[in-house]
Amino acid sequence: MNNAFPIPVRAPRRALPKSVTLAHGGGGSAMRDLIDEVFIDTFKSTTGAPEDQARFDLAALMAQGDRLAFTTDGFVVDPLFFPGGDIGKLAVCGTINDLAVGAARPVALSCAVIIEEGLPLATLRSVARSMAETAHAAGVPIVTGDTKVVARGACDKLFITTTGIGVVRTGIEVGIGRARPGDVILVNGQLGDHGAAILNARGDLALETAIESDCAALHGLIDALVAAAPGVRTMRDATRGGVAAVLNELAAASGVGVRIRELDTPIRSDVLGFCEILGLDPLYLANEGKIVAVVPPDQAAAALQALRDHPLGRGAAAIGRVTDTRPGRVVMETRLGGDRIVDMLVGDQLPRIC
Amino acid sequence: MCLGIPGRIVAIVDEDAMLASVDVSGVRRTVDIVCVAEPGRDLGELIGAWVLVHVGFAMSVIDEEEAAATLKVLTEIGEAEGEIEAMRTGSVEPFHPSTAPRAQ
Amino acid sequence: MRYVDEFRDPILARGLIREIETLSARMERGRDRPFSIMEVCGGHTHAIFRYGLEGLLPDIIEFVHGPGCPVCVLPMGRVDDCVAIAEQPEVIFATFGDAMRVPGSRKSLLTAKAEGADIRMVYSPLDALALARRNPEREVVFFGLGFETTMPSTALTVLRAARESIENFSIFCNHITIIPTLRALLEMPDLGIDGFIGPGHVSMVIGTEPYRFIAEEFGKPMVVAGFEPIDLLQSLLMVLRQLDEGRAAIENQYARVVPDAGNPRAMGAVEQVYELRPTFEWRGLGSIEHSGVRLRDAYARFDAERRFSTPEVQVADPAACRCGEVLTGQLKPWACPMFGTSCTPETPLGALMVSSEGSCAAYYQYGGMRQPHLEGAA
Repeated sequence: MNNAFPIPVRAPRRALPKSVTLAHGGGGSAMRDLIDEVFIDTFKSTTGAPEDQARFDLAALMAQGDRLAFTTDGFVVDPLFFPGGDIGKLAVCGTINDLAVGAARPVALSCAVIIEEGLPLATLRSVARSMAETAHAAGVPIVTGDTKVVARGACDKLFITTTGIGVVRTGIEVGIGRARPGDVILVNGQLGDHGAAILNARGDLALETAIESDCAALHGLIDALVAAAPGVRTMRDATRGGVAAVLNELAAASGVGVRIRELDTPIRSDVLGFCEILGLDPLYLANEGKIVAVVPPDQAAAALQALRDHPLGRGAAAIGRVTDTRPGRVVMETRLGGDRIVDMLVGDQLPRIC
Repeated sequence: MCLGIPGRIVAIVDEDAMLASVDVSGVRRTVDIVCVAEPGRDLGELIGAWVLVHVGFAMSVIDEEEAAATLKVLTEIGEAEGEIEAMRTGSVEPFHPSTAPRAQ
Repeated sequence: MRYVDEFRDPILARGLIREIETLSARMERGRDRPFSIMEVCGGHTHAIFRYGLEGLLPDIIEFVHGPGCPVCVLPMGRVDDCVAIAEQPEVIFATFGDAMRVPGSRKSLLTAKAEGADIRMVYSPLDALALARRNPEREVVFFGLGFETTMPSTALTVLRAARESIENFSIFCNHITIIPTLRALLEMPDLGIDGFIGPGHVSMVIGTEPYRFIAEEFGKPMVVAGFEPIDLLQSLLMVLRQLDEGRAAIENQYARVVPDAGNPRAMGAVEQVYELRPTFEWRGLGSIEHSGVRLRDAYARFDAERRFSTPEVQVADPAACRCGEVLTGQLKPWACPMFGTSCTPETPLGALMVSSEGSCAAYYQYGGMRQPHLEGAA
């Protein structure tokens, strides 16, 4: 069953209990109360009749570009709250970024939540509030959604799926297969913060750090980048698998080699320390506010400057180039000048002592 | 085998249990200092010392003089080659538009 | 990072590489095979690949990646025992991340975890002990793994548990010792190793004295080395100088961390808690006398082997595996017929594909720039 926000606010309501129960997923009034109070009121989406879908004026969309972009992403994270963000912020930013890296201007999001029974209502409220604030700040409304409650153990506290639509700018063509030898590879800041913050927030490793997730909505930054470098070949947010995964996809899809330089790869000193202690490689750590952008050489300087002029790109750097040697391979020139292959990982990176 | 990393003892966490807080580049961890504590000496003397940490245990106090001696030998090798000064004054070419800011 | 960044300095590296080039070019004259230098320790193997050192050195120098990766040499039967303990309903099984993917004959710890076993990855044995304190109704078993570097940490944790009378904590001890293994290696009839780069962190515990037989009985040079690239290059140069001068001695490049006497307090804890096993099996190398330790009777209550029943079945390495030859430098990883085909990091058959420190996995993942199989690969 699909309960679209917007639903008009009804009164009076019963006070909600302290935690979510299966009744809240039953389709009855308990569910409506939960949705109204936790989501509709928080998202303040809109007014109008309780419909099962959000509706858009096509003419208005078509004025912004010539193609529709459509994407979806599921968010599961343990813990739900971590330094620098929470699952709600992640779910909003993640989908906005997936639209933005396709050179699309995000228009609207949907949000489907799966709640494990027993989740404290305060937790749910605080996640919803975080989603609302993030969406508001980004200027991208959450216009429809769905709520399900499952039995204890059937999911881990809270799963969120967001779907987004956006309009792709006319005349901008980006694609992972479009990189050409000579192109310059840019990132918009220090790498690995999110992965390190999450690993640390789980607490099993008993390390104290000030590392925060870099979770951020990047459509504004990408606007600036695309304006400065309209010939941009491709952009990707470097989430799971980190920059290493994106570069490997790029090399494979474009049939090119990729050469990056360790000394040009920006990483915070505490993330480096964290990685040294645990034997991790920051290139494989997830980011939630970092993109890899490939730009033609003649637009590289303008692109880099545009990134650095944006608050979310102050640490931007050119980390390497696309080459015509060793197609399909990503090679890192190490700080000593040696070469090392940066391969895809088999699975998750695990802390090691050896 | 045996990942180890230098860190600096910044505080004694528990004198009886011989636990100290060690800082590695801004990341802190409570480590066991039994192996580096001199019997009969005040543990507080270890604050500020650099130790080699392996799986939560300080295993060796890093000898500053030995480290400096090693580096001195290396610098002499470079000087004998007449290279170090040339390189320090920047014949290493930047890669592309500029080098990345890397926090230290 | 102090004591790290200085030893990763590209300018110092260039000076060292130039020196190595000059010396080896002079030594090369009239020689029909490369200088084979074995780095004993997996951490060194990792650093060689991480910094791409092979590609920076003259072709006449060849690293042979030795047996110093405790995860790689763990026999399958021991992994099966681990899984059997971890699958007991009352057990919380705590382990270093390294061991998670090591295949047993039926499954790895990672698979056992997916199937419901309570397996926790920890950074330190102290964290396993903390789990035992927090979960008095559960049995916490720590997977004790590693060479002499790691042995003191588990020994000291056992002593802590004894002092605090923690009853629900035990160690599944798989610690191994490097000296008998080096001896076994040196006794192999056609070992073509010219010199050794010695394990720095093992040495900060045991000191440099135990290696003396390598120089005195077998006439091979060894230089105990640190783990940064500058350390490795300098140690390599020191080995080459010994070879050039016709000397064989145990030298210490890593004096900032390794006192020649080692760490007596750490060794004391090891002596107190552990005793040598008559023999211990190594994956790829077979059984080696006195190469493993177990808990002494006085600490039997902390010995998971005595507290839990395990299958204790020996599982032979797959017949096609040639890890032993790779470990001893007789076969290059990529020359093994299974390399990259039936044996990959996803589905490792042999010991050396298991951990990123295993020479096969390191080649597969980081790509030795001299490996023929990668050239022109798409």
